[in-house]
Amino acid sequence: MRDLPQIYAQQFKTSLAMMLQYRASLVIWLIAHVLEPLIFLVVWSAVSRSSGGSVGGYSPGDFAAYFIVLMLVNHVTYTWVMYEYEYEVRHGTLSFALLKPLHPIHSNIADNVSSKLITLPGMAVVAVILALIFRPVFHLQLWALAAFIPALFLAFLVRFLMEWMLALAAFWTTRVSAVNQVYFVVALFLSGQLAPIALLPLPVRVAAFILPFRWTVGFPVELFLGKLTPMQALTGIAVQLVWLGLSLLLMRVVWRAGLRIYSAVGA
Amino acid sequence: MRFFRLFAVFVRVGVMSELAYRGNFFVQLFESLLELGTALAGLAVIFAHTTSLGGWRPDEVLALVGVYFLMGGAIRLIIQPSMQQLVEGVHDGTLDFTLTKPEDAQLLVSISRVEIWKLTDFVLGFGVLVAALARMGERVGWGQAGAFALTLLAGGAIVYSFWLILATFSFWFVRVENMLEIFQSMYEAGRWPVSLYPGWLRFFLTFLIPVAFATTVPAQALAGRLTWQTLAESLGLAVVMLVVSRLFWRVGIRRYSGASA
Repeated sequence: MRDLPQIYAQQFKTSLAMMLQYRASLVIWLIAHVLEPLIFLVVWSAVSRSSGGSVGGYSPGDFAAYFIVLMLVNHVTYTWVMYEYEYEVRHGTLSFALLKPLHPIHSNIADNVSSKLITLPGMAVVAVILALIFRPVFHLQLWALAAFIPALFLAFLVRFLMEWMLALAAFWTTRVSAVNQVYFVVALFLSGQLAPIALLPLPVRVAAFILPFRWTVGFPVELFLGKLTPMQALTGIAVQLVWLGLSLLLMRVVWRAGLRIYSAVGA
Repeated sequence: MRFFRLFAVFVRVGVMSELAYRGNFFVQLFESLLELGTALAGLAVIFAHTTSLGGWRPDEVLALVGVYFLMGGAIRLIIQPSMQQLVEGVHDGTLDFTLTKPEDAQLLVSISRVEIWKLTDFVLGFGVLVAALARMGERVGWGQAGAFALTLLAGGAIVYSFWLILATFSFWFVRVENMLEIFQSMYEAGRWPVSLYPGWLRFFLTFLIPVAFATTVPAQALAGRLTWQTLAESLGLAVVMLVVSRLFWRVGIRRYSGASA
């Protein structure tokens, strides 16, 4: 464990070099990550304007702020491990990773962080351009901004572990795309990517509170925008910590069970 | 007639190669239903807060979703797989075999691969369209239906030509798949009326990446809000794109020199 920082430093170097080779696919991710919030921004702004300038307490400017911040938070927390494990399990290349005396999740994390180091400046530029076009309205509060930083960090960790476990579905089935799609659909509604959670019907709001999705995207966004009370913010961070603990426990179980069933399909 | 016979052959090949994997049909059906369900639930959330979206009534937006799935299904059924096959063929030289066949090469590459299970999107889109029509009732007359058919065909022709132009770039560049991928993700914007988008984005989605003509315009025709000008633009652009893509294809094919053959 003492060597972990060193290992990460090396891992970052290789990941960065690799990511720079795949610039085109980074651009494709970027477009997808900009387009979806942009579409919902436009749609909800239109709804807001047609109902007299406010829907559920959101003016067009509020929606612009919500979806621009959402775009950034979503980009910081997203992962693509499910595609990676599908490929690696199917082609058997995971076997090489398993030979190393280090848990493969570390290289997954390093890959994820280093690709975002490359794309975040681009994302920031896009956010500024969108802000100039759509005129977002911010009601920032200092304490909320301070609480946003740990909330974002926890959101990243919870989402990473969750989607990493989802990726391990590849051990059990070769039809992972259907599994992934179910996950993405649930996440679309419950994480706040389709609309601020407050605008959804009550049963969905309850589900969003209970399940982890909202805490990985929507919660940090609402916190940043000053939509939450200090009590709600504390509750949210507590829930994030609970999910973090649960995922850490669960991921060990799932990983061990998965390894037992893994037989390197393509190797 | 020759076209239909050839097309039937490729469809049969597609069916035969996929029948071995019948399980895939149910997975595909499940994924299509899930996507459609997501789109409809999204609409439900939005129309819980408003009665019209940028001047579009709920049943008109529903028709738009139908067109979106119908057109998307057609793309994923024939256009995308065939064009991907073309790009691969240019890379590894298998396009040679296509060129030696005694039939127009553009026609052959355009229908060379049919991913038959993607028919689910097409059928579901058609179903949504019928449901939307039933709700719109007698507001849709014969004139509108005719305009709809025309604009839908024109939209299909525009999308096809656009894909062909992108794929033809593979005679010069290696990494064309990425461009195809980008188009696929931009197509998502076509699920909503383009009139919602700000001017620059509307221009982008109308002329640079012709998503608007593929989905919004046919749905507009159905709702009876099509101007003669838009109809003329749609048909005109379709003709121009078909001609330009044909010429570009001819230039590209002349440059092709069988990479590995």
